[in-house]
Amino acid sequence: MMTPFLACVLAIIAKDLRAEFRSRELLSVMALFALLSVLVFSFALELDREARAEAVSGVLWVTLIFASLLGLNRSLAQESDQGNLDALLLAPVSRSAIFAGKFAGNALFTGAVGLALLPLMTVLYNINMVAPGVIVTTVVGTVGLCSIGTLLATMTAQTRAREALLPIALLPVALPFLLTAVRATKGALNGAPEWQVWLQLLAGITVIYVVLCLLLYGYVVEE
Amino acid sequence: MPKHVELDASPQPTLLRALTLLTGLGFLATLYLGLFVAGTDIQQGEIQRIFYIHMPSFFGAFTAFGATVVGGMLYLARKQAAWDRIALAGAEVGLAFALINLLTGAVWARPIWNTWWTWDPRLTSAAVMCLIYAAYLMLRAGIDDSNQKRNFMSVYGIFAFVSVLTTLFIIRIVPETIHPVIVGASPQNAQGSFEATSGVFMALAPSMLLWLTLMPATLIWHRYRLETRREALERLKFQALGD
Repeated sequence: MMTPFLACVLAIIAKDLRAEFRSRELLSVMALFALLSVLVFSFALELDREARAEAVSGVLWVTLIFASLLGLNRSLAQESDQGNLDALLLAPVSRSAIFAGKFAGNALFTGAVGLALLPLMTVLYNINMVAPGVIVTTVVGTVGLCSIGTLLATMTAQTRAREALLPIALLPVALPFLLTAVRATKGALNGAPEWQVWLQLLAGITVIYVVLCLLLYGYVVEE
Repeated sequence: MPKHVELDASPQPTLLRALTLLTGLGFLATLYLGLFVAGTDIQQGEIQRIFYIHMPSFFGAFTAFGATVVGGMLYLARKQAAWDRIALAGAEVGLAFALINLLTGAVWARPIWNTWWTWDPRLTSAAVMCLIYAAYLMLRAGIDDSNQKRNFMSVYGIFAFVSVLTTLFIIRIVPETIHPVIVGASPQNAQGSFEATSGVFMALAPSMLLWLTLMPATLIWHRYRLETRREALERLKFQALGD
């Protein structure tokens, strides 16, 4: 069943994928940044075996949050710079469909970077991160992060000092995701049984934020 | 001749004057109750009296942040600038209260916990609350267009409140806190708890009432008037430049 809402979402995702396939701007920047960040952390923290097991989930999520900032900034800045955001708003589709499309695209890119980080960190930190629990947490966490991230990036893309404003706006309100995702990842790595509770919390927060974003997106793009 | 823009120079409404007086007197009265009437804590001594400001300021911050959410939602629904001014005033007053809460807590913790600050979940969540509203004010300062600013900040105010609530919720289900709970059961490893006797409640209840209602309401009203004048001044400047 192809509703207009779904058609619009898919069209935006297809557009973002096509643009990305041609320019390879977003993914390459995010991936290189993530790689650098993981390396810098391993030098900066000078971790021994035990400290590594403790710190690795924090390293993963801090890296992902900053990588997503880069991606979100670019993804929404190119919309408003090239005038595409205005064109989208002229089209007879609902604002929440536009949000869902951009959100899905961002979640796809950030999720891809996150999933690529897992085998990389497995090698670099010598801890098996390619475990089902960690993979699920990474996917859910990036989806949640990108929901509020897409909304705030749409706001900051329309301001003067956007590169500076997005981290300031996003980091404090993204803390609930960080708190739960780090604990879920850590628990899944240590085999602690309560990690599923943290994952459920993370999923719950994600649902709340996605719904709020869908409801409120119209107000941040209105003229 | 340039057209004249009226700067709202009306004197304070009588109700506001009365509220200001009442709040001032109420503050002095609760200070008196907390400093002189309530008994000295047998273990902690005089420093325990800080509690009569510490806890009410935390809850007062919520009244103010509540004004930010309600103001934001009503602005989105009705598009009247007045609601946005209330939202801004709420964020500033709430941030001030949250900072009072943090600072008084640190002063109390120095003798009782032997440290100004510790990364206890409760302290962390209080710090997060301050950071979120500091970000609110930063973001607000970064947006030029005033209609856009009002829309964006109304939306951000809603997310700020949701984040504060979810952070508090997440933090509360983590049991490893050393922060005492005075009203209700204290956690097992709480440090520096004291008994909530009738004397404590006698000093706490009026203070709580004051910080929850009069204090934020009066301050928000004053800040609202200030913002109204600032916006009028902006328009005046804009017009002067245009002429």
